[in-house]
Amino acid sequence: MTTMHLISDIRNKDIAQEPIRAGFGRGLVLAGQQNEHVVAACADLTDSTKMGDFAKAFPERFVEIGIGEQNLVTIGAGLAAGGKIPFVSSYAAFSPGRNWEQIRTTICLNDRPVKIIGSHAGVSVGPDGATHQMLEDLALMRALPNMVVIAPCDSVEAEKATLAMAADRRPNYMRLAREKTPIVTTEKTPFEIGKAYVFHEGTDVTIIATGTMTYQAMVAADMLKKDGITAEVVHVPTIKPLDTNTILKSVEKTGAVITAEEAQVNGGLGGAIAELLSEELPTPLIRIGMRDQFGESGEPSELVEHFGLTATHIAMAAHQFAETLPKK
Amino acid sequence: MRYIYSIDELELKANDIRQDIIRMLEAAGSGHSAGSLGQAEIFTALYFNIMKHDPHNPDWSERDILIQSNGHTVPVRYATMAEAGYFPKEELLTLRKLGSRLQGHPERTKLPGLETTSGPLGCGLSQAAGIALAHRMDKLTHRWVYVTLGDGELNEGNIWEAAMLVGKYKLTNLTAIIDRNNIQIDGPTEVVMPLEDLRGKWEAFGWHVLEIDGNDVESVIDACNMAKAIVEKPVIIIAHTIPGKGVDFMEYDFHWHGAPPNHEQAKIALKELRTLRGKIKSEAD
Repeated sequence: MTTMHLISDIRNKDIAQEPIRAGFGRGLVLAGQQNEHVVAACADLTDSTKMGDFAKAFPERFVEIGIGEQNLVTIGAGLAAGGKIPFVSSYAAFSPGRNWEQIRTTICLNDRPVKIIGSHAGVSVGPDGATHQMLEDLALMRALPNMVVIAPCDSVEAEKATLAMAADRRPNYMRLAREKTPIVTTEKTPFEIGKAYVFHEGTDVTIIATGTMTYQAMVAADMLKKDGITAEVVHVPTIKPLDTNTILKSVEKTGAVITAEEAQVNGGLGGAIAELLSEELPTPLIRIGMRDQFGESGEPSELVEHFGLTATHIAMAAHQFAETLPKK
Repeated sequence: MRYIYSIDELELKANDIRQDIIRMLEAAGSGHSAGSLGQAEIFTALYFNIMKHDPHNPDWSERDILIQSNGHTVPVRYATMAEAGYFPKEELLTLRKLGSRLQGHPERTKLPGLETTSGPLGCGLSQAAGIALAHRMDKLTHRWVYVTLGDGELNEGNIWEAAMLVGKYKLTNLTAIIDRNNIQIDGPTEVVMPLEDLRGKWEAFGWHVLEIDGNDVESVIDACNMAKAIVEKPVIIIAHTIPGKGVDFMEYDFHWHGAPPNHEQAKIALKELRTLRGKIKSEAD
């Protein structure tokens, strides 16, 4: 689609890839250059959460917290109270995994614009295993009043999202992934907090995807084309607040929905879409994601296959609709 | 805005604040009596001597900051703020009622003059540290940050994470005050989860410790002033207080940690406070 300015050949074997977190690192340095009030704090994972460049560029605006995630977000709340725009990062399993109540009270209820960065989310973290594969962060953050929840699909979008977060006055959570992810967006691709984007037009089924699964959804749409099924891919980088207009408009057209995320479907994107549809537009729904289960050690490619988080699995769900739903 | 009051006047203010605490807790029908009463001198000293603040301009950009980490004792803060003129005293009787700005635990977004939302324990020291760091980055270290902590609250791990960080960054533009009243909900602090050697613990974390009688307003003022003069290390004041201070049947009794007085108890408490335990005659007997 031309208006989205996506890369043209997503099936190219040589597609450029980069960890989504790398885009955050670049965006943070840019945000720091644009606004002297942007500051950062990290809980002993500065390089792997890609805060290292900011810390080098602005050492006086970087706070090393050590291994203490409760302290990380409450120091963040204090920095925000002092007029700063703090980005606080760790692995998602620990922040917001360990410090949920502090986020609830001192950031959301207290209404402070702290920017929580949860890196290494999803089973694609790989060999570190279930303890480090955060799957419940979307549910945890989505349940909080005032919180904005963002999961970019690639590093280019993550950079834009970081700049948008620095300008946003609300508490924000952004989920990042460890592994390299194919880059599907370009500098010109639009990004705005709270907006969903139709990345691929179709009429037979709507695939609603976020984070690392958006690329898989686009590959699935390409696979389905050959089978005579035209899928519409709606990329949802902001899970809360949800862009209900864009989503409902697509679902009205297709009458069948698949959600795809590398997180628990309960309370995650799948939960959000199920809530929306059951209230506004009851529609057959298949949710791809983790289903009330933990991950385990393995290579990322093995794990996404094992847990059914690939383009093939999305395409299979679309075929299931094609076989079971009455023809329009 | 700064006030000039004699020590005698401040003691009387603390006594007035205690009476307001009793009235508001009785009207609310729930709330924390002991810690609120015990900190009357600490809050009187902060609001009427130590802190730069303006009740008519709560967001004044030059104000000192007071974080109340032990948010369950917010009645003492509300009563002190009303005494200072932040809002009319009648509003104190709306405590914990639907639609009130005076929430059961303090909410910043509801009442101008509160700096944080607190109640869930253990989060205030790190927020104070965050503000102190921001002030340092902005070269505003003349704006002082105060934080009050409960002693039972020191069971929380978040406190010690913050204690390490303040020690590491030597945040000397911050003063912490512990309300050391030796009680928490389940009983005496040293039974529930021993805190001693409390001084030694803070010193080991890189702090300078002052220990005072927290129910002596002059000692509180002196300690806060001394804390500002100590520049090598962050300062924490262990303020030894009497829980339920000023009301005979509440003093030292941990059962009053989380309970309000009923009407009869409030009457007795108010009379005791009004007459300074019978030392003076009250017209309203």
